[in-house]
Amino acid sequence: MAAAESLAAIVDRALADIGSSADLAVLDEHRVRLLGKKGLLTDQLKTLGALPASERPAAGQRINEAKESIQRALDARRGVLEADKLDRELSAGAIDVSLPGRGEETGSVHPVTKARLRIEAIFKQAGFQVVTGPEIEDDFHNFEALNIPADHPARAMHDTFYFPDGRLLRTHTSPVQIRAMRVLRPPFAVIAPGRVYRLDSDMTHTPMFHQVEGIVVGENVSLANLKAMLTSFVEQYFERPLGIRLRPSYFPFTEPSAEVDIECVFCSGKGCRVCKQTGWLEILGSGMIHPNVLKAVGIDPERWQGYAFGMGIDRVAMLRYDVNDLRLFFENDVRFLKQFP
Amino acid sequence: MKITYRWLQEFVPAAAAPKQLAEQLTLAGLEVESIDPAAPPFENVVVGEVLETSRHPNAEKLSVCGVTTDGSNRLQIICGASNVRAGLKVAVAMVGAQLPNDVHIKRAKLRGIDSEGMLCSARELGLGTEHEGIMELASTLKLGTDVRKALDLDDTLFEIKTLNRGDCMSVLGLARDYAAASVRKFLKHDVPAVRPTGQGEFPVTIHALEACPLFAGRVIRGIRAGARSPAWLQERLRRVGVNSISAVVDVTNYVMMELGQPMHAYDLGRLSQGIDVRWAKPGEQVTLLDGKTYSLDAGFLVIADASGPVGLAGVMGGNEKAISDATTDVFLEAAHFVPDAIIGRGRRFGLITDAAQRFERGVDPALPVAAIERATALLLEIVGGVASPAQAHRGSAPGAVEVWITLRRARLSRLLGVEVADADVLAVLNAISEQVIATGDGWRVRIPTCRFDLRIEEDLVEEVARLRGFDSIPPRHASVEQKGGTATESRIDSSRLITALADRGYREAITYSFVSPTDQRLLFPEIQGLALTNPISADLSEMRVSLWPGLLRVCAQNLRRQQSRVRLFEVGRKYLQSDDGLREVDTIAAVAAGSRRPEQWSMPREPMDFFDLKADVTGLLELTGDVGSFKFVPEKLGCLRPGRTARIYRGETAVGWIGEMHPSVLRGLDLTIAPYIFELEIDVAFASNKLKFNDFSKFPSIRRDIALVVEEKVTFADIQENVSVSASGLLRELRLFDVYRGPGIDSGRKSVALGLILQESSRTLTDDDADVVVAAVVARLRQKLSATIRDQ
Repeated sequence: MAAAESLAAIVDRALADIGSSADLAVLDEHRVRLLGKKGLLTDQLKTLGALPASERPAAGQRINEAKESIQRALDARRGVLEADKLDRELSAGAIDVSLPGRGEETGSVHPVTKARLRIEAIFKQAGFQVVTGPEIEDDFHNFEALNIPADHPARAMHDTFYFPDGRLLRTHTSPVQIRAMRVLRPPFAVIAPGRVYRLDSDMTHTPMFHQVEGIVVGENVSLANLKAMLTSFVEQYFERPLGIRLRPSYFPFTEPSAEVDIECVFCSGKGCRVCKQTGWLEILGSGMIHPNVLKAVGIDPERWQGYAFGMGIDRVAMLRYDVNDLRLFFENDVRFLKQFP
Repeated sequence: MKITYRWLQEFVPAAAAPKQLAEQLTLAGLEVESIDPAAPPFENVVVGEVLETSRHPNAEKLSVCGVTTDGSNRLQIICGASNVRAGLKVAVAMVGAQLPNDVHIKRAKLRGIDSEGMLCSARELGLGTEHEGIMELASTLKLGTDVRKALDLDDTLFEIKTLNRGDCMSVLGLARDYAAASVRKFLKHDVPAVRPTGQGEFPVTIHALEACPLFAGRVIRGIRAGARSPAWLQERLRRVGVNSISAVVDVTNYVMMELGQPMHAYDLGRLSQGIDVRWAKPGEQVTLLDGKTYSLDAGFLVIADASGPVGLAGVMGGNEKAISDATTDVFLEAAHFVPDAIIGRGRRFGLITDAAQRFERGVDPALPVAAIERATALLLEIVGGVASPAQAHRGSAPGAVEVWITLRRARLSRLLGVEVADADVLAVLNAISEQVIATGDGWRVRIPTCRFDLRIEEDLVEEVARLRGFDSIPPRHASVEQKGGTATESRIDSSRLITALADRGYREAITYSFVSPTDQRLLFPEIQGLALTNPISADLSEMRVSLWPGLLRVCAQNLRRQQSRVRLFEVGRKYLQSDDGLREVDTIAAVAAGSRRPEQWSMPREPMDFFDLKADVTGLLELTGDVGSFKFVPEKLGCLRPGRTARIYRGETAVGWIGEMHPSVLRGLDLTIAPYIFELEIDVAFASNKLKFNDFSKFPSIRRDIALVVEEKVTFADIQENVSVSASGLLRELRLFDVYRGPGIDSGRKSVALGLILQESSRTLTDDDADVVVAAVVARLRQKLSATIRDQ
């Protein structure tokens, strides 16, 4: 009996010691003292030999149970102490996550490029091909072939930059019509974005700006088709349905011709300063390709017909991004550019 | 073209209200650009008469006037105008009147004398800028009448874009088209012939009948010299933007605005012998109404008398034979000139006149005779005189050929994309022509002589669309041919390059394609840029031969605007002249200046250098999947700092440059720090091969480091080449991890630390394998580059 009481006392004291161990080193000392080769429990086992054989199994079992309960207490306490230690280490390693990150900042894409790429994407998905043409043009492609002979009054609207040899900076992207139609055989649908130039510089004009030309030729390509394409373009570009209206107009290279207005994006057509109270904003010129133009590129106007349009990219970029001064596009002030990531 | 609502109403009495009218005109293709009231709002201004005037006792320039506004009252009004006089009908702003610009008329004392109102100038009522004196109203106006009513000021002015519509450059023409578009009644006023009371024609010969098929004229003698137009006529002209000059000139302008026929009045006494309409003789000169003398050639049509040209036909009259305040006998001209004879002639001298604008687009050949009659009637009424019979000179050839156009029903619906009912088509055709003949598949239409814009079938298609309204065409999507688009990998798309640089912290700029020749000479003295004949300014007068001039200017400007770190790029063309002509070369270029990284709390602030930019260039070149084909070769370019410049080659082809700006060019570009800069020609640099997967080794690699000391002149490219030649096929990668100069290394030499990553594709390498490679590399470096190996 004395031995059994003594065992219970050992276990009680051991559990108390383990529970109060402050760190892993102390805990390890207890482990050695209790369960080590010369530990108290090992000593207890050595006393078994003194017991009668009939009592040994029971006594042995009691001692093993005591060992196991001490081992469990040790493991549990170790778990707690190790978690505490990790917590302390981790909190010592905490950082200020609000500090700025390290390295290069993100640059920006010019808003005119952004507009151009979106326009290209919209038309490409409608089956248009993107083509380009030279910016330094000759009179034939910029004027003659577009049904604008020398001295035509329409030339007065195109204040043209010339070079000494008579070549010129294209005043519109329309010469690409001529170049494209000479290469492509109908039916086809192309757009031609690019830089154009006019001798004009004031609040609302810069001597260089951007246009995109669209040309579609087929056997039955009609004004109704033009209207449908532009309606869907405007809806996609502005990401909301906007009314459009075609207004009869005059371009020497289209007949019938139409200017296209969209419902003012600022006032939704109610009338405001930007749309001069009309509720409409002009964004492009268009029409059915003039038979003389088709003839000039060797396409039979009795069999083939088509539409063409020319739109100011800078203009629609201004409308899309609320840019109120065209000249900002070409000043390239970083404070402007960085607003277009 | 300016027009007033009231004037238009004389032809279309049922015209819609001004705002709606403007909308209808715009949608008929006659875009109304502005709508303005004829006069700003004002009230309580009435017609009065000055009874007497006397000098203000205390002010030399002021008059004390007695004025009546009903014939019995007498108001005392102080007036400063020099033209105030007894008997004059004037606009009296009564006490309590509200004038434009927030002027409120009160009883006042002027220099001690009471004034009960104000006598108004045209400017004070917002009617033009005339401020020479008070308005002189017609003596026929009834006293007390509200001036708004007396002068018909509740009128509306429209500014209309008439484009190619010569026939719409008149009140008559606009009214006619408006009536057709809005389906309203158009009053075609007959112009009655004036019964001549005098005799005598002025001789007219037309040598250039092909250019002037008809010349109408009339002699009127004994007019009141120096007469001014009545207020109503002056006011009407003012509203359509025409200055009043003299009664005779005003009448010719009035007829032009009303009917569209440009006219001219000569001082009959100054004309010698007779008029001839002929082509100019080379070298002939004419002095026009603008006072300038012009030298002509045979391409100009002139009106000449025996003394030589007296006017440039269809553009402007001459100075010498023009009427003056002394003129008593006039000869009126209303001629028909064909567009081809007038087109561009005025513009060669920078003359864009009302007459030329009309003749270039085409003036109805039926107008000259009517215009002469209308002008004569007005003149006789205003300046008196005795009219001779009207003269009309034309060639013996039959009149103008009738123009007929066939409109096919099928063509119409195919172009518009909608079927238009025959009745609707006919309604439009009848509105524009008096002769429409139905045929089996469409209509034949006789084009009225005023419509020079209608010549082909498509023109009639437009008329149908225009006059019915483009709104009547429903949008309809084209049937799409199912055909794949392009998605090439044979070159890197420029949008990919833009994205790559933007993601590396660069900002895209768009600069003008023309630059300052001074900047261009400074940077590229050896390249001749293409110069513009008529640049917008000297600073923008030469086509760029590189994107650098523009980018450097933008860089300098941003640095001046307190940006301490600038990274900009542009994608665009440069324009190079070569023996085989001009090339427009798609190019990408960037400029960077300032610190290596954006200012940050955990990194030292260091200025950027060549290798920062080189990493960005290499980043772009890697997009080709073929970065190994590029070389950076030290070469010289004038504007870049020698020793910090490389030409970039792809194989044997030069594709661009990279370097630091030469210190000597900085000041000329307003730069205070030297930016780093590169330029690549897109087509050659960014052609790309199809990408192809290469299997990689599954066996571990071994790394061996070598530190060697070499002379300064040995380049990394030399080392790289010798290592790869000697390392056999086992070298997977060569890493350069240190370049050191300083203590421990002799001056003129540098220490270079290399990491060799070795790997075999079919087995695990042994240390012995690696030792063999290292030994070979070391031997080669010693032998070829006189390298010494450190720590061995």
